[in-house]
Amino acid sequence: MSDPNEPLAITPLNALHRELGGKLVPFAGYEMPVQYPAGILKEHTHTRTKAGLFDVSHMGQVRLRGTGVAAALEALVPGDIQGVALERIRYTLLLNAKGGILDDLMVTNAGDHLFLVINAGCKHTDIAHLRRELPAGITVEYLDDRALLALQGPAAAAVLARFIPSAAKMPFMSYAETKFLGLSVLVTRSGYTGEDGYEISVANTEADELARLLLAEPEVDPVGLGARDSLRLEAGLCLYGHEIDETTTPVEANLAWTLGKRRRAEGGFPGYDIIKEQLDKGVSRRRVGIRPDGKAPARDGTQIVDSNGRVIGVITSGGFGPTVNGPVAMGYVETAFAAPGTPLTLLVRGKAHPARISELPFVKQNYFRG
Amino acid sequence: MSEIRFTKDHEWIAVDGDTGVVGITDYAQHALGDIVFIELPEIGRQVSKGGEAAVVESVKAASEVYAPVDGDVIAVNNELAEEPARVNADAEGAGWFFKIKIVTPAQLAELMDKAAYQTYLEGLA
Repeated sequence: MSDPNEPLAITPLNALHRELGGKLVPFAGYEMPVQYPAGILKEHTHTRTKAGLFDVSHMGQVRLRGTGVAAALEALVPGDIQGVALERIRYTLLLNAKGGILDDLMVTNAGDHLFLVINAGCKHTDIAHLRRELPAGITVEYLDDRALLALQGPAAAAVLARFIPSAAKMPFMSYAETKFLGLSVLVTRSGYTGEDGYEISVANTEADELARLLLAEPEVDPVGLGARDSLRLEAGLCLYGHEIDETTTPVEANLAWTLGKRRRAEGGFPGYDIIKEQLDKGVSRRRVGIRPDGKAPARDGTQIVDSNGRVIGVITSGGFGPTVNGPVAMGYVETAFAAPGTPLTLLVRGKAHPARISELPFVKQNYFRG
Repeated sequence: MSEIRFTKDHEWIAVDGDTGVVGITDYAQHALGDIVFIELPEIGRQVSKGGEAAVVESVKAASEVYAPVDGDVIAVNNELAEEPARVNADAEGAGWFFKIKIVTPAQLAELMDKAAYQTYLEGLA
């Protein structure tokens, strides 16, 4: 966690955020735009209907190199990293010895190395963890000379194809090292909004130029972290420090799909015994989607009780879903209450509000399927 | 003709005789951003100066709205339930929250007038 007394770091797009009228707030040790003058609702809707440009340069970009790097990383994550095809990406988790989640991350097979994108708030501890735990032959290079922009939304492919024609045909969760006009970029067809889109890694010195070129396209508007959060919540995606942390396992977090088939059988990752037992025997609590019946949003930390008033869980992320046009939340409940449709009660400011378990995501994911 | 007074927490109260209409200021709605839900007090509830009287939720967070003076709630703006964005559009008019019968009129003198509130806002910038 960042020290509130430390001066905030800035990204290479800080001047642009100010010029665009961004409302800058501290986030994970960085001064980041929570919104622009359009506001979170419009920015959210713009991303779902056209294309939003997000500065996610606070996230960590890391290159892992060395002989047997994929096998080496598998000792720290439960994903099938050796099975990731060239220029493909896998979402996986750094685990602790109890199967708790240290971070969630994207791992790309970039040929002669692995390219990782890790969370801003975890990046320094992740990098220390990687350096400590990976064998001596593996080098961990923190790419703090690179910025990261996310272009998300149904128009993202058409926009990016004007600069990189091959981008339109990139499969979902794939990677390309390419040129954007004259700029060297690493493009992935990925994101965290539930929409089709890309993340574009570019040298810090060229990030401002790249962002301005994209913003000059008619479909593209800048979008801040406020809408990024409401978009990922509607998409049912986990936020580190909310749905997942060192006390939650992949099985409890409903992320068992990230456990590679071979890895489930063979193990060899931290917390395997605990996770295997949870897979075989079930878990006492689960991450779920929750829809309040009324209009009051239920925020992080809201207690969930059953019809007798017994506490059966807690909200981990909650707010207003602009596309759903109502309150949405995620949280943990005892497994007996986890089936979609199960009625619950949320204690919002001491008052009981009825709610129901919902399927996730709340909004259909619009990933590119070719 | 009513007289409008302001609190340091960015509520306003338009006083007309022994009643007052309460809302949040334009500065407050701008700082909060898009407002998506408002919890209003029940009619008949007694509110006290500085005590929580309503809750306003933006996309990001919930914030409390405090009573500018002691009073009894005699009306609420039910239209905000259907259209909370009225507060963004017209915070110091159609976006009013509730109306009270003022119990302790002397407390009004402790609030800022328009000019003093403007000066206060300039100090925050």
